[in-house]
Amino acid sequence: MTESAGNKNEDCHAANGVKPGRNGMVKNHHHHHHQYQKQDKVYHAACNGELYSRPFIESFEETPMLVAVLTYMGYGILTIFGYLRDFMREWKIEKCHIAREREEQKDFVSLYQDFENFYTRNLYMRIRDSWNRPICSVPGATFDLVERSSNDYNWTFEYTGRVVKDVINLGSYNYLGFAENTGACATAAGEVTVKFGVGVASTRQEMGNLDKHEELEKLAASFLGVESAMAFGMGFATNSMNIPALAGKGCLILSDELNHASLVLGARLSGSTIRVFKHNNMQSLEKLLRDAIAHGQPRTHRPWKKILILVEGIYSMEGSIIRLPEVIALKKKYKAYLYLDEAHSIGALGPNGRGVVEYFGLDPKDVDVMMGTFTKSFGAAGGYIGGRKDLIDYLRTHSHSAIYATSMSLPVVEQIITSMKCIMGKDGTTIGRSRIQRLAENTVYFRRRLREMGFIIYGNNDSPVVPMMLYMPAKIGAFGREMLKRNIGVVVVGFPATPIIESRARFCISAAHTKEMLDRALDVISEVGDLLQLKYSRHKVLPSLDRPFDETTYEENEE
Amino acid sequence: MKHAHAQSRDSVKMAAGQQWVLVEMVQAFYEAPAYHLILEGILILWIIRLLFSKTYKLQERSDLTEKEKEELIEEWQPEPLVPPVSKDHPSLNYDVVTGPPSHKIIVNGKECINFASFNFLGLLDSERVKLKALLSLKKYGVGTCGPRGFYGTFDVHLELEERLAKFMRTEEAIIYSYGFATIASAIPAYSKRGDIIFVDEAACFSIQKGLQASRSFVKHFKHNDMEDLERLLKEQEIEDQKNPRKARVIRRFIVVEGLYINTADICPLPDLVKLKYKYKVRIFLEESMSFGVLGEHGRGVTEHFGVNIDDIDLISANMENALASIGGFCCGRSFVIDHQRLSGQGYCFSASLPPMLASAAIEALNIMEEDPGIFRVLQDKCKHVHKALQGTPGLKVVGEPLAPALHLQLENSTGSRTNDLKLLRAIVDYSMDRQIALTLARYLEKEERFLPPPSIRVVVTVEQTQEEIERAAQCIREAAVKILK
Repeated sequence: MTESAGNKNEDCHAANGVKPGRNGMVKNHHHHHHQYQKQDKVYHAACNGELYSRPFIESFEETPMLVAVLTYMGYGILTIFGYLRDFMREWKIEKCHIAREREEQKDFVSLYQDFENFYTRNLYMRIRDSWNRPICSVPGATFDLVERSSNDYNWTFEYTGRVVKDVINLGSYNYLGFAENTGACATAAGEVTVKFGVGVASTRQEMGNLDKHEELEKLAASFLGVESAMAFGMGFATNSMNIPALAGKGCLILSDELNHASLVLGARLSGSTIRVFKHNNMQSLEKLLRDAIAHGQPRTHRPWKKILILVEGIYSMEGSIIRLPEVIALKKKYKAYLYLDEAHSIGALGPNGRGVVEYFGLDPKDVDVMMGTFTKSFGAAGGYIGGRKDLIDYLRTHSHSAIYATSMSLPVVEQIITSMKCIMGKDGTTIGRSRIQRLAENTVYFRRRLREMGFIIYGNNDSPVVPMMLYMPAKIGAFGREMLKRNIGVVVVGFPATPIIESRARFCISAAHTKEMLDRALDVISEVGDLLQLKYSRHKVLPSLDRPFDETTYEENEE
Repeated sequence: MKHAHAQSRDSVKMAAGQQWVLVEMVQAFYEAPAYHLILEGILILWIIRLLFSKTYKLQERSDLTEKEKEELIEEWQPEPLVPPVSKDHPSLNYDVVTGPPSHKIIVNGKECINFASFNFLGLLDSERVKLKALLSLKKYGVGTCGPRGFYGTFDVHLELEERLAKFMRTEEAIIYSYGFATIASAIPAYSKRGDIIFVDEAACFSIQKGLQASRSFVKHFKHNDMEDLERLLKEQEIEDQKNPRKARVIRRFIVVEGLYINTADICPLPDLVKLKYKYKVRIFLEESMSFGVLGEHGRGVTEHFGVNIDDIDLISANMENALASIGGFCCGRSFVIDHQRLSGQGYCFSASLPPMLASAAIEALNIMEEDPGIFRVLQDKCKHVHKALQGTPGLKVVGEPLAPALHLQLENSTGSRTNDLKLLRAIVDYSMDRQIALTLARYLEKEERFLPPPSIRVVVTVEQTQEEIERAAQCIREAAVKILK
């Protein structure tokens, strides 16, 4: 059952002059009825189906029209109240808490724009308690939160000195549960701390290239199945500091519209021309590729030096998985290069945790640049790039990071080495393997249950990132608070991280979650969902028999 | 009440009037001659066409047939993803350090005294710092598994921010998980397209990246040349007078380093502050080399000159040199710093600093606060090294006596950068054979805006003894005599 989302739809809709939205699905509220028939159909339609070795089920249910209208009204009301409050602040009726410019510098040009400020002051500030919640324990399956309270509607926080214990953690990217303070990883990292200290105080090219760094890179290369790899101290910087080394003036970068800020920044810093294709939409990508090659560079019509496609394995706000088999087919057909950011997918996908390439049963050699981070599945920090030896050699000599940035902290390196060995089974246990299995099962179970409850869930069935739609701005804060009241920590996101009406909650499933924890979380989500009327879905999913753990998700890939 | 009634009656009348006009229009439509209708019809269609057609199509201007397109696609040959790197590229084969990168360091299998790592205060080797890091590891694990916004804020992060703000005597501090990303994220958080940044030519690479990311208008002034800066500021003033309305929305910044990593000299901060108020430009100060080095209490270049820290809009520094941990921070007034919590890309979109590294930084701050004498010791050592290196034949010392990281440049260049680098590398190798670990200063030659001349970096730390410094200076002298004949 390969759902090729709107791939087939798109052409006909585009011909009708309707703007296709994400995944080629038409976001037109007037046609939602018609849309449903279509969507049900595409669940069974196969497009490029032969490229996929496993079912690819991904859905983005249409926003119900009423909800969309109410959401806009919500923003309208909040904006009106915002202006009202600003007016009152102006006339000193309401106390103003905003940090002010220094008297001496009042006549300087203002440091930031007023609109950014309006949104922050009047909307974000009211529900600010849902973010930056300080924690004071391991970010494992459960964590302890530092309790804080506010007497002035979140302008300032006071720490009450109490700790909210054992909150179920559905927020951290701890996919394989390696965020631990005991066990093999923590012990090894502890030993290294005592021996080496935490800093390095030099760069890789000067005096900061330790044998441990090289060991990590060799291990990462063998884990990824590539010739060579290089590690960097920060995941964000891995993108933003290495893309400029790979592309420059006269090159074209094709970037998915929902790519992470670091990829966007890297592309911008490179000085290449950037064109954006619709999220995970292969028609859009192919059209850009064809036109780009046929027409060459703008104005001069010189042929492009090279074309680099930037995509992510799992999109962290959508929960979608890249259509990698199709991307690879396209990149081969048009001789483009592929840069794959596996920040969320490495460790979290594939029967051996080797990411989206393994998930689809593809050859890592077909991806030119394999990028990923150590922050998530490995419970550490930093990022890597893997690929052919000539690529990595080039980066060793030209990466901004290797030359100007301090090398990775050694306890962090040790954490990665130990956890990676565990995932690979090199530690002589099956812990890693069972965690991968566990994560896959947890993911499928959690997603299925949420859908059955009637929530709108975005993304791929196998993605451990589970976005659940909230839509209305007031529900962002309400959901975050109500969940915390019931001792569950969730992430809620709104504009500008998402489109304005698509505010959502995001759950990150971990291998560390037990079935009891997930069930408890699901019960609470359902309860809060009823309270806040979040069960928007109009797809009827019949609750199947509750047998979550008897089928393995990776059946067909098992050796 | 009466008034309202009258009003509503008026509106009824008006509605009736409008209706009448409509009827008339329909009648006129029937009576109009056919050619008139056709003409109007064509005009309406034309208007619709104009409304809906794109004014120009960037991509599809030339009319290629599908076949031609296929041929073009078939013919196109891209450049390789990366150009080949020769096996003996000078920066391909890194020196390998085994064991801790501390005062005594094993480089390529040889134990040396470290004159290369920016471990100015020797805190990398501190048992106290290691112990605190270990305790933190046992409490929090290693990674944070999230950005600050999404459960990546730990109590130690808040503590470190508070401590840094207190140490620097500013209102607020914000920490980043990567030193390089600190100033590179801070600049574009404030300076946007259309704004103007005045920057010193010798500014380090992370500042250059920040400028690039901001897409602002960048004006370079000669290194530490206040006259040149004032000239640029005056030019801008004249420009502003021409268009005062535009001038009111252009933000202006001066971006400088406290102690330049590339030239090892100190910026004339008091003069900069004068210019700041004269021309209403904000100052961003990058202090990675001067934080924990200059000043009586290690507060950096503001303390060194006795400048009021509130006169500097933003100070940024990394925690990877003097503090010997990882990451960076910005500090200043809350009005300025708080803005980064939503706009600093490297802050919002990156996983937060591992808590054990934050704990290590806190302990390092403790040590610095408990024993401010350490800065005096460092400053004396710096002066000592500076003096000891004077008069090395064929090499000149670049940098101020107070700088903890000096550059040794060739007095007479061979004329080719590659050959210069080879000569300097030979000196480094010679010293390394004699237990003095040095390193070349590395740059991306094609990317640096103003590429500094090749040099050997000499780093001073408090752990180096009198005798070791003499030995190092002696060794470099010998090498220079031998190699630079």
